Amino acid sequence: MTVIDDSGPMVRAEQVHKSFGRTEVLKGIDLEVRSGEVMCVIGPSGSGKSTFLRCINHLEKIDAGRLWVNGHLVGYREKGGKLYELRDREVSAQRREIGMVFQRFNLFPHMTALGNVMEAPLRVKKEPKAAAREKALALLERVGLGDKCDNYPGQLSGGQQQRVAIARALAMEPRLMLFDEPTSALDPELVGEVLDVMKSLALDGMTMIVVTHEIGFAREVGDSLVFMDDGVVVEKGVPREVLNDPSHPRTQDFLSKVL
Amino acid sequence: MTVTPDAEKGRPEAIRAVPVRHPGRWASAAVVLVLAAMFVHFLITNAAFDWAEQWKYLFSDPVLKAVRNTIWLTAAAMVGGVLLGVGLALMRLSPNPLLNGAAWLYLWFFRGTPLYTQLLIWGSIGALIPSVGVGIPFGPEFQTWETQKLVNAALAASLGLILNEAAYMAEIVRAGIVSVDKGQQEASSALGMSRLLTMRRIVLPQAMRVIVPPTGNEAISMLKNTSLVAAIPYLELTFTAQTIYASTYKIIPMLIMACLWYLFLSSIMMIGQFYLERHFGRSDRDAGGRRGRPRLRGLGRGEGGAA
Repeated sequence: MTVIDDSGPMVRAEQVHKSFGRTEVLKGIDLEVRSGEVMCVIGPSGSGKSTFLRCINHLEKIDAGRLWVNGHLVGYREKGGKLYELRDREVSAQRREIGMVFQRFNLFPHMTALGNVMEAPLRVKKEPKAAAREKALALLERVGLGDKCDNYPGQLSGGQQQRVAIARALAMEPRLMLFDEPTSALDPELVGEVLDVMKSLALDGMTMIVVTHEIGFAREVGDSLVFMDDGVVVEKGVPREVLNDPSHPRTQDFLSKVL
Repeated sequence: MTVTPDAEKGRPEAIRAVPVRHPGRWASAAVVLVLAAMFVHFLITNAAFDWAEQWKYLFSDPVLKAVRNTIWLTAAAMVGGVLLGVGLALMRLSPNPLLNGAAWLYLWFFRGTPLYTQLLIWGSIGALIPSVGVGIPFGPEFQTWETQKLVNAALAASLGLILNEAAYMAEIVRAGIVSVDKGQQEASSALGMSRLLTMRRIVLPQAMRVIVPPTGNEAISMLKNTSLVAAIPYLELTFTAQTIYASTYKIIPMLIMACLWYLFLSSIMMIGQFYLERHFGRSDRDAGGRRGRPRLRGLGRGEGGAA
């Protein structure tokens, strides 16, 4: 459903490993996400899908393997066969290309919706205030919250907060959007409004990786579906095929529980 | 299974019940009134207060100078204490165990010994450290000064209060920073904000809600703790009252007069604290603003954190 160009992958993961203490959470992830692709990641809790997402923008450091976003190695520079850690400033610069939406929204509670969306363009990109404000207003309008600009997060419903969070991420004009269970903390009747915004984003050609439990969204909007379990990618393919005819017994077992 | 309101019955009449009587409230109010009347009578008739003597000195030059000293000492101690305290708090939160350990040791000493004793030591600092100099550690010194001349009473008093206050402020600031949800830092990082920017724009403004109320209390405590620098000695309000009654022998009037000044100053600080808390409580605003704005009347009853 999406136009996919083939100028190299947006995200490439090669044998990504990650441990917390003695527990190995990621046991060698190999994945490619092409520009414009919407990849949905499903799997039982504790399967490592959120951790993998957080590795992509270096919120977590990987222990082994390689991760590239838009052709750049995430968190490191490779020179003469040696890896050098990037400085905080360089990591921050990399993250500006990548928007992230969290399960618990993580809006800044002491700023209005407009303030939340304007903050990073204003302070990080040093955009002039008038331009940042105009762009933020347009983004809030786009997620259907043009009338809530002056509200503080505490005055908004969960669905509205999550839509502000999406606008806030978009304000940095990222090339890739990461969604970490964006609807899991929402009341059931508020899930639809957030999924609608994500769907329109997908239709506009944004590259997205969505960790989710919304099988319907994965089926309808996703270009590819990944099933993760116990730190590995068990199955990957076209959503309809994976969902209707899973080839791996673990996938079958998981789907029989959630569908 | 649908429930439909019984329209025919209409709305029942409003409840008009006899309210519960509270005889206990009336009795306790009467007791309080009688006690208050007795207290006013005591204030007026007890000659020991000698209100005329107090009035004579209330705005006298030495007392006004002492009030000024008390104010600047409080301000200096709080400003210095907060700045040093933020530094110590960041050290305590540092992943470097040496910085963390050094800060811990500092807190251990300054919170584990009485302020009065610390101030007595500052009063005799020349005996502990006869001279200070600039030079290479354990090596030659380029310039030395005699401590007794360098550290006068005012400097000793403010240093003593600052070093002590910093230990308490460090814990308050640390608690404030730790109280901010980790997700806030993650969201800032994900937006490409640097650590310093995140601290300044996101974490500290939210930490202020936790930091401001106890800091206001610290400032009001500090106003009163300045009286302890009589140990050095330094001419602040209490020590000045003492020097006056040393020659007039009217002890109670001078001490009550000092109390009046302390009450006046602490009242002003409580009002300031109220407005500061309201400013930093912004994110408390919930849907529809049901909670409303806190009112000044709540001051001193604990709900504003002022008590």
